[in-house]
Amino acid sequence: MADIVEIKNLRKSYKDGFEALKGVNLGIREGEILALLGPNGAGKTTLISTICGITTATGGSVTVGGYDIVDDFRAARSMIGLVPQEINLEPFERVINTVRFSRGLFGKGRDDAAVEKVLKQLSLWDKKDNQIRELSGGMKRRVLIAKALAHDPRVLFLDEPTAGVDVELRKDMWEVVAGLKADGVTIILTTHYIEEAEAIADRVGVIAKGELMLVEDKETLMQRMGQKELEVQLTKSIDALPESLQSDALRLSEDGKALIYSYDTRAERTGITKLLAQVADAGLVLRDVVTRQSSLEEIFVGLVHDKDKEDAA
Amino acid sequence: MNWTAIRSIFVFEMFRFFRTIAQSFLAPVISTSLYFVVFGAAIGSRIAEMEGVSYGAFIVPGLIMLTVITQSISNASFGIYFPKFIGTFFELLTAPISFIEIVIGYVGAAATKALIIGVIILITAKFFVDFSIQHPLAMILFLVLTTISFALFGFILGIWAGNFEQLQIVPLLIVTPLVFLGGSFYSISMLPNFWQTISMFNPVVYLISGFRWAFFGTADVPIITSLFAIGLFTAVCLGVIWWIFKTGWRIRE
Repeated sequence: MADIVEIKNLRKSYKDGFEALKGVNLGIREGEILALLGPNGAGKTTLISTICGITTATGGSVTVGGYDIVDDFRAARSMIGLVPQEINLEPFERVINTVRFSRGLFGKGRDDAAVEKVLKQLSLWDKKDNQIRELSGGMKRRVLIAKALAHDPRVLFLDEPTAGVDVELRKDMWEVVAGLKADGVTIILTTHYIEEAEAIADRVGVIAKGELMLVEDKETLMQRMGQKELEVQLTKSIDALPESLQSDALRLSEDGKALIYSYDTRAERTGITKLLAQVADAGLVLRDVVTRQSSLEEIFVGLVHDKDKEDAA
Repeated sequence: MNWTAIRSIFVFEMFRFFRTIAQSFLAPVISTSLYFVVFGAAIGSRIAEMEGVSYGAFIVPGLIMLTVITQSISNASFGIYFPKFIGTFFELLTAPISFIEIVIGYVGAAATKALIIGVIILITAKFFVDFSIQHPLAMILFLVLTTISFALFGFILGIWAGNFEQLQIVPLLIVTPLVFLGGSFYSISMLPNFWQTISMFNPVVYLISGFRWAFFGTADVPIITSLFAIGLFTAVCLGVIWWIFKTGWRIRE
């Protein structure tokens, strides 16, 4: 798949010297859902704001559909929809009017059928004549999405769409996002909920301190998560693995007091039974057995933590 | 040029105006009627003719200018400040439009509202005093130029303002005194020489003088000077707005 958004060495620094983005490179594939994970203040919103034209970059470039966001800003922005983090809406305006306004603002002529389609897609059709202040929080979020979709963008940015939203509504929102993907919209969403990235993303990127630490297919990450470690603790430490136990999946801990075995939980045979039999045959006495799983959260926390240490050094 | 976007902004702003129709129309009509009752009928009847016209008629151009100027400023400043205040301003920044479209949309709507109110006051005035307009085309030209230039000024004010107090303070402390001292209710020639000289630094003097000339054919300053003054004021406002969008001052900070 071709990259619909290309971000090259994007930098953003403020007058006080704070660097919000430190040279971000990222290609976003057409039709995918990319989740950007990161703690608060990592630069997620700055990245999105810069692509969408709310803030200006200090350096680097971004193209959307091949159009530069500065030189060809009209063509580039026509392709983008943005759903902001905060619920920013005109309280006294009617739902349908704000959606029409957004469409017109992006240069698309009045098209009642298109507006109706968007409102129905977001289950807002029966609320179309309500004033926005009369709507619930969840409905307001839907209005924000409807506004962002009113001009048929090909790329949709969702800045923390489910922050502060209850579980039911979050699942609801995921369904909306899945529906948009089915329509061929490329979706970039920021979140700090790992389960959200796991639930809906095709790829996951991790941002910390203005740098993109990792971008990987969710499947690859899930495989990493599928890896488990079995730690067989021994009553007496040994110097080396017995000849009969030598294998790629098994290693001895540094203090010689434990055997560490890596296996895939999703494999048909994990090889645990065989291993334990071999351990008994080798005459080793077990003290305890522990299993560990690396979650996306661990990978994420590890990356951010490493970054902290690196910066401190 | 994205005309669809301009139309969208314009229509959206006008809708806001008509939604609050009582405030938008009734308030200026009532306050102007009060001016006519107090200055025109009560006090005006004791004042001799001013430059050949009755005092009640003399103050018509000034009163229209007073309202049109304040309305242009408040409509435009509120129009652009409100999206900033409630946070919908981001949409303007992410849309495929430049500052030209934003300014035409917001300033155009604010100027149109002020123009409508100006015309309503003119009609209201007809009920109180008798007057005729000698140069109707010039009158319309002055009215349009005034609404546009002060709507531009209001736009700058709305971008600059960080809260509602700041939004009110400039019209209250600077614009209203300038308009009152700009000859709304008197002729500059009635002032002592010293104050006449001071008045020449007040840009509103040129507007009211030109506007009054369109009505009665008499003016405090030459009509060309009036046109030049309003042109200069418009140019300065446009320059400031251009600079605001070029640097992103108070917009992309």
